[in-house]
Parts: sequence; C-alpha cells; structure tokens
Amino acid sequence: MIKARIKFEKTGSMKFIGHLDVMRYFQKALKRAKIDVGYSEGFNPHQLMSFASPLGLGLTSCGEYLDLQLKSVTSSEDIVKRLNDVMSEELRVLDFKVLPEDAKTSMSILAACDYKITLRQGYHLWENFRQELDAFLGNDTILFTKKTKKSTKEVDLKQSLYEYKIDYEAEEFSLFMQVTSGSVFNVKPELYLQAFYESKGMEYSPFTFEIHRLEMYADTNAKKGEVNMNGSDKKRVLQPLSEFGETVS
Amino acid sequence: MRKLAVSDEILLTIDKPARYIGNEYNMVVKNPKEVDVRFCMCFPDVYEIGMSHLGIQILYDMFNKREDVYCERVYSPWPDMDRAMREHKIPLFALESQDPVKAFDFLGITLQYEMCYTNILQILELSGIPFYATDRSEEDPIVIGGGPCAYNPEPIADFFDIFYIGEGETKYDELLDAYKEMKKNGASRREILEGLAQIEGIYVPQFYEVSYKDDGTIETFKAVNQYAPERIVRQAVTDVTNSSYPEKPLVPLMRVTQDRVVLEIQRGCIRGCRFCQAGMLYRPIRERDVNRLKELADKMLEATGQEEISLSSLSSSDYTDLKELVYYLIDECGSKGVNISLPSLRIDAFALDVMSKVQDIRKSSLTFAPEAGSQRMRNVINKGLTEEVILKGAMDAFRGGWNRVKLYFMLGLPTETEEDIEQIAVLSDRIAREYYTIPKDERNGKVQIVSSTSFFVPKPFTPFQWTRMATPEEFLQKQRFLKGKMKEQLNAKSIKYNWHEVELSALEGLLARGDRKLSKVIMDAYKDGCMFDSWSEYFVYEKWMRALENNHLDINFYTARERSYDEILPWDFIDIKVSKKFLEREYEQAKKAVVTPNCRQNCSGCGAAVFSGTKCGSGR
Ligand code: SF4
Repeated sequence: MIKARIKFEKTGSMKFIGHLDVMRYFQKALKRAKIDVGYSEGFNPHQLMSFASPLGLGLTSCGEYLDLQLKSVTSSEDIVKRLNDVMSEELRVLDFKVLPEDAKTSMSILAACDYKITLRQGYHLWENFRQELDAFLGNDTILFTKKTKKSTKEVDLKQSLYEYKIDYEAEEFSLFMQVTSGSVFNVKPELYLQAFYESKGMEYSPFTFEIHRLEMYADTNAKKGEVNMNGSDKKRVLQPLSEFGETVS
Repeated sequence: MRKLAVSDEILLTIDKPARYIGNEYNMVVKNPKEVDVRFCMCFPDVYEIGMSHLGIQILYDMFNKREDVYCERVYSPWPDMDRAMREHKIPLFALESQDPVKAFDFLGITLQYEMCYTNILQILELSGIPFYATDRSEEDPIVIGGGPCAYNPEPIADFFDIFYIGEGETKYDELLDAYKEMKKNGASRREILEGLAQIEGIYVPQFYEVSYKDDGTIETFKAVNQYAPERIVRQAVTDVTNSSYPEKPLVPLMRVTQDRVVLEIQRGCIRGCRFCQAGMLYRPIRERDVNRLKELADKMLEATGQEEISLSSLSSSDYTDLKELVYYLIDECGSKGVNISLPSLRIDAFALDVMSKVQDIRKSSLTFAPEAGSQRMRNVINKGLTEEVILKGAMDAFRGGWNRVKLYFMLGLPTETEEDIEQIAVLSDRIAREYYTIPKDERNGKVQIVSSTSFFVPKPFTPFQWTRMATPEEFLQKQRFLKGKMKEQLNAKSIKYNWHEVELSALEGLLARGDRKLSKVIMDAYKDGCMFDSWSEYFVYEKWMRALENNHLDINFYTARERSYDEILPWDFIDIKVSKKFLEREYEQAKKAVVTPNCRQNCSGCGAAVFSGTKCGSGR
C-alpha cells in the first residue's frame, strides 16, 4: 500500500457538515474519481483513511488534511483534478502527496494550527476592541477556567498561544493565531476570545466571530507524546503537514 | 457562494443543520428565471426519511430532464427548526435555490403513509399557503398530492388542489405542458384546475360533492364541475424498462435512513396477498429488463460513489432473471468494495448462497414473513408460505451456519381465533426445536429467534377493505394472550417477542379508510400540536381522540365496522383497474380460507392486464 496525504479546503455551506460526514463524502468522492484506494479486509471492507483533526461545525478551513492508503497512484496533478471534478465547489482538494513508507499519521504528529478570526456579518465591536484584545493577549499569563461536566480547571492559555497578530490596516477586524493542537493537548481558538470577554465581565457570544483554519503543523523536534509549548526547554520546529511527502509527477 | 435561507446563528443552534442546506452531490442547479415551471417536491417527514425515498428521486430526475421545468425539494423541518422558523418568521424554502416554497408554481407532496397528514399542514403553514384549497389565491402554488395514500385522498381532500392517481412517469409531462400553456395564456387558478381535471388520472377534490346518510355512510358522491370526470382512472407504466429512471441519484451530505443506491427491479407483485395494498395498487407485475438493470447499477454506482446497492421490489424472488442479476452484481460490486443488500428475498438454496457471499453469516439473520401463525390463517390472507417451506429454509440456513431468525406476523387478521394466535408461538418454537436437532458440535451456539407482531390495518383497494378492524382493547388482549403462549413454549428463552404500538395502528386505521369528514379532525389535531405522528416521541393519541370527540366522530365507525358490499366507500370513485368484483370475490374466498393461485400460476382476471405489455402475470 502507498501512504498518501490530501490537503483540502472546506468553505461556504459545507461548514455545516460534521466531521464524520466529511469522511463519508471523501469515501464516495474517491470512488467517483476512481482512485485506487486500499480497503480493509472482511465482509464490510472500508477505506483506510484518517483525518489530522476534526474541524468543528461552523468553522471553515483551507488547511485540512486527510491521510489514506492507495494501491496505486497516477500523478498528484491527476488525482487532484479527478477528485475536484467530482466534488463540491465548497470542498476542494488543494494538494496530494505520497508519504514515505514509515510516515506517521497526521493525527499523531499534529502539533499546532493557524487560525484566522474575523467578525461575522451583522455584528459590531466597540471602538478600542483591537487595542484592548491585543493588550490582553500580550499579558504574561492568560488564565481561563475550563468547565467540563465533571470539573472546573484553571489553565494558562498563554502557554499554547504560539503567535498572534491583529490586523490594524484592514477595515474589518481580523486576528491571526497559532495555537497548540493535536492528540496530546488541544486548544480551540475561541477560548482566547471567551477569556477576553470574561476578563471584561462580558458575555461571549459564539456567533460574533467567524473562525477559519489556515494550516496545520507537525513539530519535527518533538518526540512522540511530547508537546513543546511556550516555556518548554526544547525549541519548536513547525512544519506544515503537506511538506512531509513528495509530489508525484 | 450560495446564499442560505437561514442564518448561521440558527443553523448552528439546531440539530443536524445539513438537513436544510441542500448542496447534495448530483443536486440539479438551474436558473429559476430561465424556466417556465417551478415545481417543489415535498416528502412530509424529516430529511433523512425523505431522502431515502426512491419515488422522489425518480420524479426529481424526470422533471429536471425538461429544460422548461426546475424541480427542487423540501422536507418537514424538525420541531427545533420549526420553532426557529416560526420565531424568526422564516418562510419554508426549497433546498436547491433556498427560495420560499410560496414562489413556486407547484408544491407536490408525496403521501407514503397516513401518519404524515399533520405534517402536510405544517408544510402549508410554514410556507404561508392557506390550508384549504378553496381559500387559495392566484399567488399560491398548486398543491398536488400523489403516492399510495392518494388512493384514498378523502381525509385530506380539502387541503389539496389536485391529486395525481397513479405512477408519476405517465401523465406528468402532459400535466406540465398543459399548465405551461395555460399559464402563458393568463389562465386563472380555476381555469387551470378545470384544465388539469381533464387529464386522465387527475382528481380535483373541490369539483366533487359528497352527501351522507344519517348513519354517517356516504349517500352520494358527485362531480359538480362540467370538466370533472365521474371516475378517476389509475395511470400506470406499461414498459418499465424504458421508463425514466435516475442515473445520477442525489447523494446526501449526511447519513440518511437508506444511504445507498436503489435499483427498482420490477413493479407490482404476482402474489396477491389479501392484506397487501401495494400488491393490489401496483398490479400487474412489470419486470425491468436485466440488461437495463445492469447498466443502471453501473451508472448509478459510478455517478454516486455509494458503497451499497439495494434491490427494490415487493418480492425480489419472483424476478425472472434474479440469479443473473445478483451474480453480476456480486462480481461487479465485490471488486469495487460495494455492499449488496437484498431485501424481500425468499429463503431458499439460491438465497442462502447469495447471502453467504454478501454478508457475514455470524452477524446476519434470516428473515421470514409468514404474517400468520396457522396455515388456515395464511390461507385466509393468501400468503403462499407453508410451514414446511419455512422449516426447510431455516434448517438449510442453520446447517450453513446461521443461528438468528427474524419472524414477522400480524395480529387481528379477519376471522382470527385464539388458536391461530397460539400458532405464532408454536411456529416460533418449532423453528428453535429444529435448530436443536442439529448435533451440538455442528451448530453455532444458541439459536436466537425474534418474533414481531404488528396489528393488521385494513386498507382501501384490498379484499379486506370491507373488514372490521379490531379495537385497541381487542388488539391488546390478543397481544397479551400471545405473550402468555410465548412463555409456555419449550424454547421460550430463545424467543424474543416484539410488538408494535397499538394506538398508532388505530390511528392509521382511522385515516386509511376515512372520509372527508376527517379533514376537520386532522386540522384540530394539528392545531392542538400534533405533528410527526409517526415518531413515537411526538405522537399524542389523546389529542387525536379529543379532536374526534370535538367533531362528534367515532373512531369505531371508521375502524371497527364491517362494511357491506353495497356501501359507497369514500374511494370508490377511483378506478385502479383491479375490479371491485375481483376484490369481493377474494374477500369471500378469504372467509372460506381458500387460496387463490398467483398470477404466474393462473390469471384470476383482476382487470390489471390493461397495463401489461404482453402476457399479464409474466412480467414481460
Ligand atoms: S390480470 Fe391476471 S395476471 Fe394480470 S394482475 Fe390481474 S390476476 Fe394477475
């Protein structure tokens, strides 16, 4: 079997399609495109595929990843074209790479994600919002109480905020963030906004902002199960998940 | 980017937003401004159910093949969305263009089961279309109903402008052409309805008047418009091989009830089971050519990428070239990772061979539908399955490694006695006993038998259309009796007994053989909050009983009453081309427990031969 990685985008109304449904969409699209996919054994054989990280309902993205196993490949260009010919305008394949035989799944190596956060149409922010948010994210610690059904836990979100930038040039609000992701530790970008609103004693409405995922990375300097967050001894070396394989021509 | 009718805020707060966004693969996109007729096709139940229905896919494809028509779809908004739409005043919209349903020329509603009637009112209300056909204006779409429940349209007659009686492939082109022409000439709504009433198979309820006797039965049923025919004749396809069939079915974005490609191998049934409405309504048997089916299977799988294909028909085993088709599919699909599902297959050597190839024996179960426990009862309903055949099938399967059996029965069939009911338990037990005759080291653990009973609901256009249905109390008593008998069996521990909800069946019985007086009851029940009645979590029997009471109607008049042959039945004005004389004869034979041979053994001259290509009953 040949290991391969697909990068794709999810936009428009497809943001209302859940993660499992995206998987089913790909299963069918791969069949329509007659890609030579590998199957598991047994009476109900299924395609061997896995996603880097499920995208929450309502989010859009131009940096989603899907790993799969194929019996044969033509060329990257051909596979991207064949898939896009049988897929929705709002779910497009951007890239196809063949991975080395010993490649780990994107799910297991995912370390960080880039996000872009913008204001949803019809919503408004107060005058010095950008400056105040900028100052808040610049604090040494960003304490946030995570509430689950069972417990409440205080966490410092600053540790997992690798980069951020607020665009002051643009007319509309736009925030770029890079945060910790993956199976060991995962943060959602809206937590920072929620923490900010709470610090102001205000209620955060989940609909004020639109969240768009831009890219996913692996940390090539991290060992299995290790997360190099801010303040850890090791240096992070982030590499986009699409850069682990080869384009086939 | 497509603009959606509902805001992100709402779509992200309700359950399963994918129900409302359209954009399925193979969805047809047209510019509504460039067509002459906009048709909105509705299945009045939740998206997952509606999307699983073959009939809509056939018509959707057929209408959209016409350049002058744009056919779109709508399903019942689930109660959470219903609430949001009312609160935010969002009119019901079609999935494709996301335009309001009210802007369409037609709203076509498919009527697959009686329990969806209140959902029709929900659709109308959310669309902003007046409930009653006679209250509608030039601005409103023409509301047209079709499907099996249209064969007794009377309980919902007041809500529809038109009913289409028969198979959609036959008269819709004529109807759409006529409408287009009249619209172009500026015809009024009334003129359009009068024009359409002249097309065969079209029933315009407001052009008919019913009067009743003191006892509540029908005195007269008369056409009161010069263009309305006295009798409406069912329309049926003669050549199903060359009739329209979707080669690129829609592929939903979310999991739906039947998430697969459906291949309709034939229409109609030769068996003539006396309780079965479909078996009468879709006479005669019409087989689709096997080469066409192979071609369709290939094309549909390629155009959808679906991982499963299912054969659809009332009785697959009767399809002449079944072996050829099934082995072709196994060869083709197996290599492509596609599963095959074969419902309604009679258990025999061929079926067992196929099943062992397409499913995991240890995980699958055998299904038998004897429908009745005793041979006498099976003769009454003309179910040609004998105990011998069941036991032999089961035994062969047990030897092949199966150990799970599902059995389906009905309670409350005409002439049923306690003895007949007891036989359901006895038969279940006998199958288990057979299993244990196999030496221990050759069998596969314990046997598991699941016996289910449903309550018999008499339906129009069957030999039992005159029969008295049992009351809920009687049904429950029968059920209790059977439960007791099940416990007495030797293998009681291996038998699981499942049953249906009695109240749902009672209501189904009321609506199935109802008359026009019931429209008020349906309206009152809806106003009282009834909706999604086929969903047990939403079904409130008491509200229906209250609605009946407020309208001074007795459910037993409709259900628990034996009709006489000379009574005018509410659906008598429809001619399905299976003669009333034949149905009467069949009822008499039933009472004597005499079997009628199936169409291939011997034609009984039911009348449906008019729709047959060559020799009726052969299917060819
Ligand atoms: S006409 Fe004869 S063969 Fe044809 S459907 Fe009727 S009974 Fe069957």
